[in-house]
This record gives sequence, structure tokens and C-alpha cells, in this order.
Amino acid sequence: MSDAESPPEFDPTESNTGEAFEPVDVFPDSDDFDLRPGSDSCYKCSTCDTNCPVAAVDDDFPGPKFQGPEQWRLKQTDDDHTVDDSVMDCSNCMRCDNACPSGVPLSQMHNTARGEYVSEQMSALSVEYWRNRILANYRTSAWLASKLPRVANAAMNFGPARWLLEKTMGITSEREFPAFATETFREWWERQGGAAGSKRRAAEQRERRGEADAEKKVAYFHGCYANYNTPEVGKAMVRVFEQFGYEVVVPEQGCSGTPMFANGMLEDARRHAEVNVSSMSDLVEQGYDAIASCTSCSMALRQEYPELFDIEGIDELSSHTFEAVEYLRIHEDLRGEIMDADVDGDLAAEFAYHAPCHARNQGLDRQAVELFGDLDGVTVEDVGDSCSGISGTYGWKSEKYEKSMAIGDEMFDHMEDAEGETGMTECPTCAMQMEHGTGYDIRHPLELIEAAVVE
Amino acid sequence: MATVAIESDVLVVGGGLAGLTSAIAAARAGCDVRLVSYKQSTLRNASGLVDLLGYTPDGDGPLTDPYAAIPQLPDAHPYRTVGVEAVRRAMELFDDSVPEYRGDHTEVNALLPTHGGTVKPTARYPAGASAGLASDGRDVLLVGFASLVDFDAPQAAAHLRATGVPFDVRGVTLEFPGDLNADAKVTRYAKLLDADGEVTVDGHQRSVRDALAERVDAERSGEARVGFPAVLGDSDPAAVRAALRGRLDADVFEVPMGPPSLPGLRLEDALFAALDDAGGRYETGNPVVDYDGTDRVETVYVEKNGARIPQRADQYVLATGGLVGKGVESDRERVYEPIFDCHVDHATDRYDWFESDAFGDHAFARFGLATDDDLRPTDSDGAVEFENLRAAGSVLGGYDFAAEKSGSGVSVATGYTAGQRAAEEAR
Repeated sequence: MSDAESPPEFDPTESNTGEAFEPVDVFPDSDDFDLRPGSDSCYKCSTCDTNCPVAAVDDDFPGPKFQGPEQWRLKQTDDDHTVDDSVMDCSNCMRCDNACPSGVPLSQMHNTARGEYVSEQMSALSVEYWRNRILANYRTSAWLASKLPRVANAAMNFGPARWLLEKTMGITSEREFPAFATETFREWWERQGGAAGSKRRAAEQRERRGEADAEKKVAYFHGCYANYNTPEVGKAMVRVFEQFGYEVVVPEQGCSGTPMFANGMLEDARRHAEVNVSSMSDLVEQGYDAIASCTSCSMALRQEYPELFDIEGIDELSSHTFEAVEYLRIHEDLRGEIMDADVDGDLAAEFAYHAPCHARNQGLDRQAVELFGDLDGVTVEDVGDSCSGISGTYGWKSEKYEKSMAIGDEMFDHMEDAEGETGMTECPTCAMQMEHGTGYDIRHPLELIEAAVVE
Repeated sequence: MATVAIESDVLVVGGGLAGLTSAIAAARAGCDVRLVSYKQSTLRNASGLVDLLGYTPDGDGPLTDPYAAIPQLPDAHPYRTVGVEAVRRAMELFDDSVPEYRGDHTEVNALLPTHGGTVKPTARYPAGASAGLASDGRDVLLVGFASLVDFDAPQAAAHLRATGVPFDVRGVTLEFPGDLNADAKVTRYAKLLDADGEVTVDGHQRSVRDALAERVDAERSGEARVGFPAVLGDSDPAAVRAALRGRLDADVFEVPMGPPSLPGLRLEDALFAALDDAGGRYETGNPVVDYDGTDRVETVYVEKNGARIPQRADQYVLATGGLVGKGVESDRERVYEPIFDCHVDHATDRYDWFESDAFGDHAFARFGLATDDDLRPTDSDGAVEFENLRAAGSVLGGYDFAAEKSGSGVSVATGYTAGQRAAEEAR
């Protein structure tokens, strides 16, 4: 019909799909995730695309709207349609989730597409596969390195070794490997008497606070980084929570799975998720809440687990998982305590604060700025809403390094414009990027709370 | 374990134009204000122009003086509820909060060319659009990019000529330097121009601003102003325009575009910055799903992956948007407001909600809450639903913003009034 012809009379009350159409039976044989409702909800406003940090620096990357609903639709209509390899350029920052005004589960769509690409289209014999697998299983390397941390620290940043890693594995030699702690968080925790020690210390604090009978207990999900690299963050978490009268337990745990989702290694992620859900959900049943100090770990337990896996207890764990500072704001008068406190020493500083992308979806991006605005002796300045660009393992890949730094440019500029010369963030890899781009020392909000409220 | 609600004097639910204006107004009045917003607002779909009233509900217009037309609007129109003086004060607050906007020198509507080549009556516009005014007599060259199909410059120019604009206008389509892909996002152009990144042109590395100006200059034949699609920078558009203006020796302006819209996005950033400056607190990413209270709203609950986090305030503002922003929802049975279930007037038979003519006088366009004189939502008998809850923006009914070109103005005016009134009551 040409434009000049009139369309036939349109009757909005008449179905235009014919009598045989039965919407619930469109894909009757599929046992995959049913992502159709999400795909149907997309009205192509492209808000997600304007939030994608990768698409803003690389127009070869087709953006989250294509990776999610559009690719999903293509795959339903054409049996030969394989997952486009550009899905590996998505950094899994998950900003598109927070953007969508229509509730499309974009990151879930990306995670499932990436998982399918890696298991069905990427050769398990390729260097890329093994490089990604090693990066994604950071916990394994960190565990090994923690056995001989000083040797590992020297070896991992030894020039010729890094050259070899770059040439053979595609791991960039531009970055400094993070240092391994000479004592892991868990080793320290055992020295403090473990759960029994915490129970005693928390009881003393509750006595002091006049809430001896209150039941306050949390299970700490420290993740890999606070255990192997920055135990000071884990220690701050324990001291702050005990100060507020909470008994802390530190259950058996694996990796949260964040780097595995980002690399499409869903089977590896499931293995770790099974360990975590099993040990954490038992505690949730006993009245514990799960607390993470890393916003990507809390994100994984809260959102990615129930979106991707069906494990007993997973939904209960999800609704009982919180980021550490968030939890204290909900259950304690943290604002009041912070208003009465002041800080001196090396943490009485001006901080340039960067909100990790994964903190955004949890509604935590303004938390540190808001909280520390009431704290005497420090200034915390928000460096804006750009992405740091490292996205965990993404910025460690040789072919992604330049892109990662181009994304981070805006944050580096804003950090340099800010008054302070110390950085602050909740995410360990954002911290790595902030330090790499500016040379600043980077601290965690829990360390500042510890300095303010713990005697 | 005990739960302590996060407290404030005024809690605003919704982070679009109405919610932000409301929170800024209450914060400037000295209140402890908190704004909670779920997903990103429809500002990203908006042109970034702030319209007050372009046409009457009967379709008369374009109107010259929107303020003069407000007293003739139907009684149920939100402008009538707040009154014309409140609209003026609201626009003063907007002008003070967003200094990068123009149009505040007059009460008369400005006429701005759109990316479709129509001319739109509007009250405020970004500084970057000001050289494009249709009342300006200087000739215009419109520049489109082949890879950015949302703006067809020759066609927009032809449409503008057909409307009888008082200048000569021509459109050309260029390849954007660096040969960006056809589906490059608007943010890709903006970031490249912000950073004045290097692009490859004929095998040589060039500054993107230099290369773009050179291509435009080759097409220009003396036009005193050049219009581009609204992708000229995200973080510092003024610097991008100044650089192009210097290189071209011509005035440079942006033509507002459809979604996703950088001018809308920049307006959102500017309003959040103004709220921050006014001392307001905010959090985004999770929805308000429920509340406690009968005659008063006592507590609202923010949902986070199955956990319900209480937030408590003395006064509340509901600014969750309309049918697109999902502040008003519908299913096959009814139309409703999902948080407080405030009454939304609508026909029982859903086939009466719309007309079969696409541009007909649809009832759904006016769906929303009715309020008392104090912007408090009322039930089907006209009684106030909650004594401390006010509504602002597209969640309100009684007006068709798309037909009237009044969407932004109603959001600013009712947002300001609701925020101001909430602050007075909270003291």
C-alpha cells in the first residue's frame, strides 16, 4: 500500500492477530529463562543506551538495548541467530538496569546471553577463554598468593613476568597488581577468637548501650578482596558492628560470582553461589542478616543470584542481604552518632568520593556523601556519576585497557578538580582504577566510620 | 532487629521535573528534604524545552502570552488550582535553579524550531538553543549527520520554509568526522566533542571539532547561524558551541531532539545539582511500594530486593509521573495510582478510555489525580485522601499536556506549590 492510499477502517476493539493466536504458547518448548515479558516491556526509548559507559566511548559496541531485548527477539525468530560477539564488550556495570523506565531486566538478559556465548560459541581451547577464566577465578589465584604473600607481591609485579603475561595471556602490563596482605582477614578473625570472641565483645557493647536483651547478629560476607588484599576493610566492619552491639559471624564462603558473571562463566558462578547460599541461608534462618562491605558482592547476592539461579533459600538470602553502611543506617541512629563524632589523624582529610556503578542500583550512590556531610573534621565530595571504567576484570584485559581508561577519564578529571587528595569508594576494583588514574590513596567508608565511632 | 526509619521533614517521591522542583522549593524554604526516585525519569525522553502553555485545550494557538490564557482554562486544570501568581513564582525558582536556561526576559512565548521542522511555542529553552529562535531574521544552515538518522536536516529545513519562517533556511547532511557507526549513541558524539577527541580523516589524525567545522564551512554559503542536532557535548556543551562558533565565525545552536535527549538529560543533571546546593538529600534506584497510615501518611516503604525499608516524614509529595512515568497505571479493569491507591476518575468501560482516531481527544490523556485547592489528592466524593500528601506533575489529571504543550510548566508550577506548601506545614 502506498502512502497515498487510505488505510482500511481501523477498529481498535478487533484483534489484529487472527483467531488462532494464543499468546502463552508462542515458545512452548523452551526451558530457558522466559525473558519475553522483559523483552515485551521495552518500548525502545533508548534511555539505557545513554547510560552505557562503553557505548559512549566505542561506537562499535551496539549498546544495552541491542544486547538485551533486541538480541533476545532476534534469537526467537531465527534459529540460526547466534549471540553477537559484542556481548563480550559489555562490562557488566549494570547501569542500564537502573536506567530502564519500563522494568526490562537488562543485566539478566546480558548475563544469560554472555553465558550462552561463552559456553556455545567461544572455544574452550582459546587463549581468551583461559585468560578470562583465570581472571574470573581471582579467588583461586588470591588463595594461592596468600600462602606466600611477599613472594607473590614481588613476582606479580616483576617486569619480565608481566611482559610474558601480556604477550601470552593478554593481561595488560600497564596496571600494578594489587598487593596481598601478609595476614588475611580470616586469619586475623581467628586470632580475635572468631564468633565466640565477637559474641563476648558485642555483649559488652550492648550492656554499655543499655540494650542487653536486644538480638543483634549479622553474617559477614567479606568477599575475596577484603580477605586477601584489604583486610583493614574487614576489620573495620567487625569493629564498627561490634561497637553497635552486633555479634558477627564469618561463615564459609566462596567468590560472590561477580567476575564470573562478567566473563560469562555461569557454571563457575553457580558453584560458588551454591556454597554461599547454603552457608548464608542457614544463618538467615537463624535470624542473621547477611552484610557485605563490597557493593558488587551485595549486588550479586541480592540481584544476580535470584535472577540467574534457582537454589533453595536464594530468595530469602536476597531479601536479607545488605551493604554494611546501609544496614547501620536502617537499624541504628548512625546519623546521630556521626553528628556527635569527629575524626583526627590521617583520616581527618578531604575525600574525593566515587560511587561504584553497582552501588547505584542499590540506591547507595549518595550514601557516603550524605552521611559524612554531618561528620566534623572531614569533607567528602562526590566526583560525579561517571563510571570508573575498570569494571572488575574488564580493565585488566589488554584489548580493553584503553577503553577502560577512556571511560575513566571523566572520573580522573573530577577527582583532580576536587579539593581532596585521598579517594573514597566501596568497590575494590573502582579503588584500583582511582589509584591507577590519580595516584591517590583510596579508603573505604567503613574505615572512616571506624575512626569516627569506635573508641 | 529494630528498624529506625530514615527521617526528614518533607519526603518527595519521584525524581522528574515536578519532584525535583518540589524538593528544591522545600529545601530552599529551610526544610530537611529527602527525595526518593525509582528508575530514571521521563526527562530523558523530553526535548529539554520548558513549555508553559502553547495551545488552549480547544486547540487554539500558538498562544502569545501563556499567563493571559491561564484564567480561561477549565476549573479542573492544575494551573487553575495553583493560580497564575504561583506559576510566575515557580518559574522564578526554575530560573534561579537552572541559570543555563533562557527566556526569562519576557512572559511571551518563544518560538523554537524542532527536529521535525515544526515551530514550537515554549517559555524557557537551553542557552544552546537560543541562536535558533524562529523570530530571529538571520538565515540558517541546518546540519545533519548521515549516521544520526533521527535528524533529517534537508527535510526539517523544507518544513520550516513551509511554515513561513522570516529567514532563509537550508539543510545539508554530512558524514560526521571519524565515520562513526550508524547506531552510535548520542552520548558517543557528545563525549567525543566534549573531549575534543582525535578522529581519523583521510588517513590523518584530526581534532574532531576542527574536522567538523571544516566540513560545515565547506557547505555554508554565508548563513549567519548553523543548527546541529542536540549532541554538542554532555558535560560542557557551552565549550563545544564556543569552539565551533569560533571556527565557523557563525552563531551555533542545537535543535532539540526526540528520545533519548541530551538536553533533557542535562536539565536533569542541573536540577539534581540545584537540589544538592539547596541541601536536599536524595536516593535513586528503588521504588516506594507501600505506606502506613489512614488519615495521614505515617511511613512509606522503599522496596529493595524483597526487603522493605521504612522512610518517615511529616509531609509527603507524590510526583511519580503519569502513564509513561508509571505514576498512573492501568490494567484491563481499571486505572489506578499504585502507591497510595489515590482515586483516579475514569470510565468503567475501558473502550471509553480512548478514541479510534489516533490524534483524537483521548480521555486517557487527562487521566490522573484530582486535588483540593492545596494539591491534596481527593477521593471520588471530593474528600481529601491524606491530610499530609500533596501531588505534583503528570500524576495529576485534568489536562492534556501533549495537546496543550503544558507538560513542563505544570510540573514546575505544581511541584513548586506542593513543595512550598509542604514546607509551610512541616514547620
